[in-house]
Amino acid sequence: MRKVLALAIAAMLPLAAAGCGEQQAVTVYKQGQYQGKPDKHPWDNDQFKGDKLAWERAIKARNDIQDETSRGTPTAN
Amino acid sequence: MARMKFLCDAERCIECNGCVTACKNEHEVPWGVNRRRVVTLNDGVPGEKSISVACMHCSDAPCMAVCPVDCFYKTSEGVVLHDKDLCIGCGYCFYACPFGAPQFPQDGAFGLRGKMDKCTFCAGGPEADFSAAEFRKYGRNRLAEGKLPACAEMCSTKALLGGDGDVIADIYRNRVLKRGKGSEVWGWGTAYGKPERQPSAKPGA
Repeated sequence: MRKVLALAIAAMLPLAAAGCGEQQAVTVYKQGQYQGKPDKHPWDNDQFKGDKLAWERAIKARNDIQDETSRGTPTAN
Repeated sequence: MARMKFLCDAERCIECNGCVTACKNEHEVPWGVNRRRVVTLNDGVPGEKSISVACMHCSDAPCMAVCPVDCFYKTSEGVVLHDKDLCIGCGYCFYACPFGAPQFPQDGAFGLRGKMDKCTFCAGGPEADFSAAEFRKYGRNRLAEGKLPACAEMCSTKALLGGDGDVIADIYRNRVLKRGKGSEVWGWGTAYGKPERQPSAKPGA
C-alpha cells in the first residue's frame, strides 16, 4: 500500500512542477489578409494617366497652400 | 510621399463646424452618419478648446486588427479604407477605435445597423475611380483628382491640416514656434522634433 502511494506521489510530482511554469500571457495578434476587392493608386486614372510624379506635385502644391506664412512668397523648398 | 495624416490645432479651431459641413456636402453623407465632428472641451467656460475629429488613419489601426472579415486595407499613402461589400456591420471596429470614427447608418427598423461608414481621407474606396458606385458607397475621390480632403482645404482658420504627415508637421511646428508657446509641452520633441528642412541661404548672401 505504501509502495503504491509512493509511486502515485512520484507520478504526480512532474504535474505539480508543471504548475510552476510560466506561460506567455500576451496574445500576439496576427494581421489578417485583406479579403476585399483590390484598389488602384490615386494616380492610376484618366487624369494622371499613371504619372505618379505629377500626382505628387499636385498634392505637394495643395499641401503647401495650407501654410499661410509661405503664401505669395517663393521659398527655397 | 509620406503617410497622409490629419492634424488639428486647438488654438485655432473656432468650432465653426465648417469641416463637418464640407464633409457632409462633398460626400453626400446620409443623415445620422458623421464622418467628422467637432469636439469641444470645457464648453462655455473661458478658455474652451475645440478640435475636429475623424478617422486618424492610424499607422497601426485597431479597426484593421479586430475586423472579423478583414475588410480593411491601407493604401500606399497610409490611408485606411474598407470594402463595404465585405463589411458585415458587426461594430467591432467602432468598439476598437479610440476616436469613434466608424459610423453606422441606423435608418431601419429594429435597431438595424448598416455597413460601416467612415472618413476616407477623400480617397474613395475599392471601386473604379470617379465611378457612380464609388461615390455612392464611399463618396468623392478627391485624392485621385490631386486634391486634399475637403474638410482641411476649406478650414477657414487653417486649424485643421491634412496631407503629407511630414509637411503638415513642419507647418504646425513653425506655427507654434512663431506663436511662442506650446512647444514646452510634454512630448513635443518626440512628436515634432527639430525642423528637417533648414531654410537655405540666399545666393550671394
